[in-house]
Amino acid sequence: MSGEDAIAKQKQMTIIVTKGALDLAYPPFILATTAAAMNVNVSMFFTFYGLQLLKKDLGHLRVSPLGNPAMEMPLAGLHLTVPNAAAALPGMEALSTTLMRNLIKRKGVASIEELREAAIDSEVEMIACQMTMDLFEWTAADMVEGIVIGGAATYMEKALKSDINLFI
Amino acid sequence: MAELDARGLNCPMPILKAKKALKDLAAGDTLKVVATDPGSVSDFSAFCRTTGNELVEQSEENGVYTYVIRKSA
Repeated sequence: MSGEDAIAKQKQMTIIVTKGALDLAYPPFILATTAAAMNVNVSMFFTFYGLQLLKKDLGHLRVSPLGNPAMEMPLAGLHLTVPNAAAALPGMEALSTTLMRNLIKRKGVASIEELREAAIDSEVEMIACQMTMDLFEWTAADMVEGIVIGGAATYMEKALKSDINLFI
Repeated sequence: MAELDARGLNCPMPILKAKKALKDLAAGDTLKVVATDPGSVSDFSAFCRTTGNELVEQSEENGVYTYVIRKSA
């Protein structure tokens, strides 16, 4: 396919990002960056807890085993599950987050910071939901640079023209 | 031939780094990628089919996967 054909046939994808936990931040950023690498024009719409992923600093992202029976952490050849009663104890969220961050590093999995940077580099459009920002009292100054702020109509315009629309 | 060492990296980094490396090449140039991610076998084929770049060569030895990609126009 020549360069001109590639542009003429450029596919589009949108992703609605609604989750802000450390683990659930992966699927939207992995798909967005990979799609962009495969010449897809990508827009991400961050709403409710997903908006956490646009904060300037991502060090606050956490993961919790609470209410997640599918979370099994590999530890010394075993897979560790935490009962809800224990997962609710103070410090368990911080511990799970530390374990997860270490695991991510050890397995050569990119950090969310790295993936977001890659998304920005590859010109993935990131739209912050204005209503969510008003609701939780965040301003543009809290967010990473280069994002667009908009609402449902901004998203819908993109979605109607896209080949793939995902809700994560 | 340009080379990219993606050993130890997991999905989607080998693809993202390959894309970035291909950007700096001229059409017809080749890029050699070495990776240890077993998923990269399927991923590099899919990447090349979708982007129109040519997967000239691929091999595996002791868990290290080697790909040679020729950049399309």
